[in-house]
Amino acid sequence: MTFSLNDEQRMLKDAARDFFREQAPVARLRKQRDAKQNGRDPELWSQIAALGFAGVIIPEEYGGAGLGYVALGAVLEEGGRTLVASPLHSSALAGASALLLAGTDAQKQEWLPKIAAGEVVATLAVDEGAHHAPRTKSKLKFEDGKLSGDKKYVADGHIADLIIVIGADALFLVKADAAGFTRRELITADSRGAADLKLDGVAAEKMNGGAEIIDEVLDRARIGLAAEMLGQASEAFEITSEYLKTRKQFGQVIGGFQALQHRAAKLFTDLELTRSCVLAALDALDRSDKRIAEYASLAKARASETLHLATNEMVQLHGGIGMTDEHDAGLYLKRARVAEALYGGASFHRDRYATLLGF
Amino acid sequence: MTDQLEAFRAETRAWLDANCPHSMRTPMTGEDDAVWGGRNYTFPSEDAKLWLERMGAAGWTAPTWPKEYGGGGLSADENRVLQSELKRIGARPPLFSFGLWMLGPALLEYANEEQKREHLPKIVRGEIRWCQGYSEPGAGSDLAGLQTKCEDKGDHWLINGQKVWTSYANHADWCFCLVRTDTSVKHEGISFVLIDMTLPGVETRPIKLISGSSPFCETFFTDVKVPKHQMVGRLNGGWEIAKRLLQYERTNISGFGSNTRVDVVDIAKQNVGVTDGKLEDRDLRARIAAHKMTERAYALTTQRAQEEAKAGGNVSHMASMFKVAGATLNIDRCELMVEAAGNRALGWSGEGFAPDELAVTRGWLRSKGNSIEGGTTEINLNVVAKRVLGLRDTQ
Repeated sequence: MTFSLNDEQRMLKDAARDFFREQAPVARLRKQRDAKQNGRDPELWSQIAALGFAGVIIPEEYGGAGLGYVALGAVLEEGGRTLVASPLHSSALAGASALLLAGTDAQKQEWLPKIAAGEVVATLAVDEGAHHAPRTKSKLKFEDGKLSGDKKYVADGHIADLIIVIGADALFLVKADAAGFTRRELITADSRGAADLKLDGVAAEKMNGGAEIIDEVLDRARIGLAAEMLGQASEAFEITSEYLKTRKQFGQVIGGFQALQHRAAKLFTDLELTRSCVLAALDALDRSDKRIAEYASLAKARASETLHLATNEMVQLHGGIGMTDEHDAGLYLKRARVAEALYGGASFHRDRYATLLGF
Repeated sequence: MTDQLEAFRAETRAWLDANCPHSMRTPMTGEDDAVWGGRNYTFPSEDAKLWLERMGAAGWTAPTWPKEYGGGGLSADENRVLQSELKRIGARPPLFSFGLWMLGPALLEYANEEQKREHLPKIVRGEIRWCQGYSEPGAGSDLAGLQTKCEDKGDHWLINGQKVWTSYANHADWCFCLVRTDTSVKHEGISFVLIDMTLPGVETRPIKLISGSSPFCETFFTDVKVPKHQMVGRLNGGWEIAKRLLQYERTNISGFGSNTRVDVVDIAKQNVGVTDGKLEDRDLRARIAAHKMTERAYALTTQRAQEEAKAGGNVSHMASMFKVAGATLNIDRCELMVEAAGNRALGWSGEGFAPDELAVTRGWLRSKGNSIEGGTTEINLNVVAKRVLGLRDTQ
């Protein structure tokens, strides 16, 4: 196991950091939101794809870079720092992972190069209710190559071209332009958008594998999302910590007050512990560790808890200014809750972790 | 791995095979199995004595210390090989020692040649047991407020004062001690001296804790005459050494509980009930799961810090963070064990409770000290805020 980046991964991370800071700072999300784009930013997405970020985990034979999950995690973390609204996680990580794990040769040939080039946006459609409950509660029906049922709160579902629909024990490929496919766009609190999907006898291709593959696909999505959340939590913490050093009350900087120092120190500790879990989980994917499920639930639960705390503290420690729309704290808070719920929150993953550990 | 290291591994394996007694390859059954050494020490077994003698002679109780001071003289890579070979056969630590963990590293950094040659080899071989004279009745969290007086009497230092929370002072042969050599300034008036506990005027008195055990003492110094050459570092330069030593101590306390055998999950399964493979008390189950995650996160972070240190990063400032997180983790673990065991962990003594049940109770009470000793959690959070995060009173 290793926690450090090799030269290639380090260069990619630095490139991502520079690009997102310059081209996609939080102000860009704010602008998209104010223009009611609901997460759409095709120009940004084509820039991201041109840098190769959409093909990081896709093997070279399919037009990607084949650099692995630690590398893509580093890019997602940097994107998380500035709340980049793009389908990088949904398509380049979750969608690509599903095809890599469950795609037939023909499906891989057809879709992976397009995902790597950013020409096609893919996403996973998992849940059918208010809470993440994969497999157990699916009411999907598949007969004669036709798929019917509802999928709800699909991340990037409003902009996806290709949907990987997760059933109780199978995965299906559905094209967004197929007959019988309709979607209702959802305007979400994080300004990223999502969609409810209705499948009414839609032509669907069954992918390889069953329940086990579904868990593997979801675990990769969870670990990748945890990396994005780590970036968000780190940035929320650093912005807050800087504020404590500059805001003055009672004739001194408020960072000199012990009550606030202790809260900052505890949050920092929490963040360091979570960072180790996320880095270990990404590394476990690249090593094909047998205990991926444990790593995934550990990383997603801890990232959810830490981001939850970091964003709450961000608002509270900023005081009144943190409640204003003008300040970025609210944007971090809103993205935090959406990311927490996506692919299961802390409570879902604590329950799963206990089961995995045999109690 | 290089051929050289592979050769070292083979030699080490052969040596351990020939020299580690079989009973020293079984898990420790409790605190009584820990070997502390010292002048008047009664070993728990002949094998324990033999194991310490052999490891001490090889310098492998302090593998990376230089050979001229009795250490093993191993490189970091060789030490990793040694540790992995020790782990492979499940070898018990040959020696538990504040000299090894705390004083030795400080002496290597700050002591003069004569002091290193006098004290380090005896630490390596477990011949001298050390205690730490830091806290005083009036100087706890505000350690630099200490008042134990040390006067220059020409050919010796004259020491008068009282220390408290001196771990195992009643069993110790020597004490490394912070004393006041200048009353006109605070931090700059502290010196670091080494005191032979057999000198006239040294007295110890054990303190009974809420757990019923007495791991700490009060230590009294009345007109104790200490030879001049036992001051480490310069006169009034003790605070720097004291702080460095606290980092070693904090790293050490934060490691508490990581190698205990009793698992909270097993206790919960036995006492709470299990249906469909899940603990019946779902609230407790969720809290144990959260604890298990924190435990794993802590272990991974320790691993990450070691990797960063190996790569040349300075991680010494992280000692306070690990102290806080490690102490909190152990306290939470002990609370969960008592809760999971229910009334079985609420006994005090007698036949009505099994020894392992009583151990849970006593361990829980003892754990309350983890967030106090070695710098309270509050003081360590101050350190993290100021030194790591750069939060200051004025800016």
